[in-house]
Amino acid sequence: MTVTDDRPASVLGTRRLRKEDPALLTGEAKYTNDLDLPGALHLAVLRSPYAHARIISVDTSAAATSPGVVAVYSGADLADTWGAPMPSAWAVTADMKNPAHYPLASGKVCYVGDGVACVLATSDAAARDALDLIDVQYEPLPAVVDLEDALSDRVVIHEDLGTNSSYTWDLKIEGHEGQVDEAFANAAYTVRERFVQQRLIPMAMEPRAVAAVPQPFGGDMVLYSATQVPHILKVMVALTLGIPEHQMRVIAPAVGGGFGSKLDVYAEELLCVALARKHKVPVRWVEERGENTVATIHGRGQIQHVELAADADGKLTAVRIRILADMGGYQQLITAGIPILGAFLYAGVYDLPHAYDFSCTGVYTTLTPTDAYRGAGRPEATYAIERAMDVLADQMGIDPMDLRKRNFIRKEQFPYTAFTGLTYDSGDHLAAAEMAAELADYAGVRARQATQNVPGATKLLGIGQASYFEMCGLAPSRVLASLNYSAGGWEAATVRVLPTNKVQVVTGTAPHGQGHETAWSMIVADRLGISPDDVDVLHSDTAIAPLGLDTYGSRSLPVGGVAIAMACDKVIDKAKKIAAHQLEANEDDLDFVGGSFTVKGSPDRTMPLAAIAFEAFTAHNLPDGLEPNLEAQVTYDPPNFSWPFGTHICTVEIDTETGQVDVLQYVAVDDCGNQVNPLIVEGQVHGGVVQGMAQALYEEAVYDSDGTLKNASLAEYLVPAASDVPNITLGHTVTPSPTNPLGVKGIGEAGTIGSAPAVMNAVIDALSSLGVSDMPMPASPHNVWKAIQSAQQGASK
Amino acid sequence: MKISVTVNGTVHESDVEPRTLLVHYVREVLGLTGTNIGCDTSSCGACSLHVNGEAVKSCTMLAVQADGQSITTIEGLAVDGEMHPMQQAFMENHGLQCGYCTPGMVMAATSLLKENPNPTEEEVRIGLEGNLCRCTGYHNIVKSVLAAAAK
Amino acid sequence: MIPAAFDYVRAGSAAEAISLIGQHGDEAKFLAGGHSLLPLMKLRLAAPSVLVDIGRVTDLSYIRDAGDHIAIGALTRHMDVETSAVLKEHAPLLAHAASHVGDPQVRHRGTIGGSIAHADPASDLPATTLALGATYVAQGPNGTREIAATDFYQGFLESALAPDEMLTEIRVPKMGGAGWSFQKFNRRAQDWAIVGVAAWRGSNGSGVALVNMGSTPILATSVSNALAQGASVSDAAQLAAEEAEPQSDLNASPEYRVHLAKVLVRRALEEAGK
Repeated sequence: MTVTDDRPASVLGTRRLRKEDPALLTGEAKYTNDLDLPGALHLAVLRSPYAHARIISVDTSAAATSPGVVAVYSGADLADTWGAPMPSAWAVTADMKNPAHYPLASGKVCYVGDGVACVLATSDAAARDALDLIDVQYEPLPAVVDLEDALSDRVVIHEDLGTNSSYTWDLKIEGHEGQVDEAFANAAYTVRERFVQQRLIPMAMEPRAVAAVPQPFGGDMVLYSATQVPHILKVMVALTLGIPEHQMRVIAPAVGGGFGSKLDVYAEELLCVALARKHKVPVRWVEERGENTVATIHGRGQIQHVELAADADGKLTAVRIRILADMGGYQQLITAGIPILGAFLYAGVYDLPHAYDFSCTGVYTTLTPTDAYRGAGRPEATYAIERAMDVLADQMGIDPMDLRKRNFIRKEQFPYTAFTGLTYDSGDHLAAAEMAAELADYAGVRARQATQNVPGATKLLGIGQASYFEMCGLAPSRVLASLNYSAGGWEAATVRVLPTNKVQVVTGTAPHGQGHETAWSMIVADRLGISPDDVDVLHSDTAIAPLGLDTYGSRSLPVGGVAIAMACDKVIDKAKKIAAHQLEANEDDLDFVGGSFTVKGSPDRTMPLAAIAFEAFTAHNLPDGLEPNLEAQVTYDPPNFSWPFGTHICTVEIDTETGQVDVLQYVAVDDCGNQVNPLIVEGQVHGGVVQGMAQALYEEAVYDSDGTLKNASLAEYLVPAASDVPNITLGHTVTPSPTNPLGVKGIGEAGTIGSAPAVMNAVIDALSSLGVSDMPMPASPHNVWKAIQSAQQGASK
Repeated sequence: MKISVTVNGTVHESDVEPRTLLVHYVREVLGLTGTNIGCDTSSCGACSLHVNGEAVKSCTMLAVQADGQSITTIEGLAVDGEMHPMQQAFMENHGLQCGYCTPGMVMAATSLLKENPNPTEEEVRIGLEGNLCRCTGYHNIVKSVLAAAAK
Repeated sequence: MIPAAFDYVRAGSAAEAISLIGQHGDEAKFLAGGHSLLPLMKLRLAAPSVLVDIGRVTDLSYIRDAGDHIAIGALTRHMDVETSAVLKEHAPLLAHAASHVGDPQVRHRGTIGGSIAHADPASDLPATTLALGATYVAQGPNGTREIAATDFYQGFLESALAPDEMLTEIRVPKMGGAGWSFQKFNRRAQDWAIVGVAAWRGSNGSGVALVNMGSTPILATSVSNALAQGASVSDAAQLAAEEAEPQSDLNASPEYRVHLAKVLVRRALEEAGK
């Protein structure tokens, strides 16, 4: 902890209102599509209606003469523009097969939505009108929609690769290879389940938008994009288009949510920059929702084979996992690595011996590429282990809560070195589970269930639990190197005390709803003893914040926030030298409390930071050799992942006549270590829970056998509204992380990780008296009804 | 076609194509970019604004239909530099994260309270059925609207 | 999403609207609240060359007690139907069903006449007025005519209105204190029903109509006949889908729809009988 006993009450841990809000609430905030860019041309992209087809010809002549049209390009027209294919930064194996992927397709298209041509016009309407006039002749090829079909290579999508399998990535525990088979051979209980993680559409409320503003004579290029990753984007665009990196500036204005879908380098970003360069005018593009559903990445898309072995007491003795993961038609930025992020979590929060065997095969299909989506690999892993634990409990005839308690890693075992070699920093799973059980009245619901779920009942009660670990921080750079990830895991921060004692913080994180401006200013205020109102947080512009690795994977606080705290400490160290000089005291004799340095035992010999800042600015009287100004920069590479955890409990009632699932209560107990701002923490959990609940009950990208997305709009893809979800009851335990000076862990994805399995365990629990032991997500009324029908038919046979 | 529309108390005379949607009119012609566009299907409510005091989805109305009407956008809600009580309630209850659905949500919520000044939690949830949010899980949005009603 | 270009004319009266539609022929469409037509135009699934805006024909926005029935002007908005004291007293089923249309923003713009003229089997008000035995009034170049709701729906999005006719009034018989129920089954509140049931039951009989159970709204006459012959509610409800031809879509198979119709009709009749 950072707070010492004698200092004033810290702003850390308080429910401070967000400084971001007034601009967002009044319409003052500018998202990318709000920018006023005089003279900008509008880009529109013609997209393939076929999932898999050869492009025979593209005739742009009629479109070229449409009113307002400046230029029309096919993929072939632009083939010479690209210095390199679209980037994919995560070759998970040395022999991973990865097809070249360009912003516009030329030889063939590999998913519905793949760009084949584009129009530049003086208005968005004119550009879109002209799309209808482009004549593309296709030779349709068979679609590959199903993962197991893809694996069979019945139809090979990328002929040059010779197979649809991109890679197989294994995690086996060195020196313990035989232990898994042995454990299964000797197990008292074994579980074998196949779960499907349906494809999900991220659906950030702001569709993507891009604007590229060239400086034709100066040579600079400014790219505005609704992105989570301005820094990564800058490097990738520079490399792909051969633009000198120092002349490339990326700005992410206000960004309306991402959830992983804006953690990417997209065709339209490259097209806008390339065409702005070519035409020497600004070029802008805004995505329509119908495009967003097919041309922005999807999430999940995995088939999971899960095997557990347990002894007679239900203690896990081995876990074996086989994953088939859907890459889609091509890889995007980190597509291949997403299922791998889950590889370390398939034993969940349980004390597993070194008997673990994981293998994942990534396959291409003719569907929209997948990539990071809220939780990215970790929700999938947690779902698999937590559903399988309920199956095991059912087999043993014991309460699933009891089974979990028998297997939890115990508080006193932390820091705990797991079978994977990773060290879990801190945790108390039992405390979180017990708090959740109490908030959910677990025993009471079980008692009600016994009287309510009688034969013939049409309203069945179910309660389900999920206990999770989130692996976040993502990650020590050396660990990322061992996973072949092309970037590091550090984050940069600069803290600059201005002459008038106002503070600028420059961060490499790129918030898009998380409230970093508020949270980071609270960290600085706590450290420097000033008001958060006196701190301005600068971010998301590579000219202002040149160093950074952006916002994803719940990394911003445990890496970026910690970097800021450390930069503050460096500022204090420097200020202390100035104070010691001016107060004619020894540095060791100075205390820094409430924003002032005071000589120990002489409360009148004091110098506030404000005075030191001004002294640092004038540089009239600084210690010999000390540089003017009060500023410090830190680049922090975390020594470990951080490991938030918790238990969620969901109570449902199911109408067996209609199949309708009503969530009666949802309890989430999360432990993210120390909380900077509980208001923001709670908001992150609420939103995450509903996104996971939406996977469990509402959402699925549905394709027909031709590879056409059947629910390509917000009218048909069911993002739930306020009327469709419940209030959420929160509890928190606080187990600080010992690996960073703030004791923080990160909270961005916890809600989503816990909720899908908790909801589905509740659904299956409710239906278990009817003989239903599993069903696919989402537990829509139709799917629930079908599961009941098929269980009853099975029972009557 | 020539239209005359009162927007946030100011009369605007404009010449628009009939196919211009009201949301494009306020954003592109008047430069009031606080009203956002989140879908193509009248589903998300991000573009909600008030026509004659009632919330409507401005993506499902033509600018020419607004001829002679009075429009209020999110930019017109604050008075004398003070945020509207609903805006304040959203801030105080952390009813927003990325902010993209927020203008539409606030406009829908103020319209809701005009019709039902003392809603129950259930009525607030149903009353906001036409507005989607991906960040907040709605918990704090509902809390914000109930707090605004209690003011 | 931007509609294809079109010409726009605004009518000041029903007569003017009909004359304008007559002048522009088949390529012209009436625009009322726009909440059925504009979404199709934005997706370019509809591209009329002329829109005749009837939204300002304010004398067609009314709800009147006309003795044995309530007369509702075609341009009355859903929100006004939902909150009408006259309807709450004499046709509460219709007022309640209107509160389930779309969402509040949609109900502020969408009109009962637009919804009925669009003849969407998935919409709430065509089926509800069908259950209530409504009569629709259409005005054309040669005057007005009445069309029974039972004769109005002729196919998917097809009605008995001639291209140059305009729906002007909906006449709903007073319910006389009959019990009623509106069951809308959907996954999100704002969505169309997967299956919906509008039902009433009184001393003089019953009416049951189904939403989204075929290419038109469906009047479940077998249910009412069975009830008239003394069948129990649960037995009558088994006949719910006799007249239906349910479709398969993302939310339901035909078998599931039939099952839902039976469950919801039973529940509706039980509620109406209370």
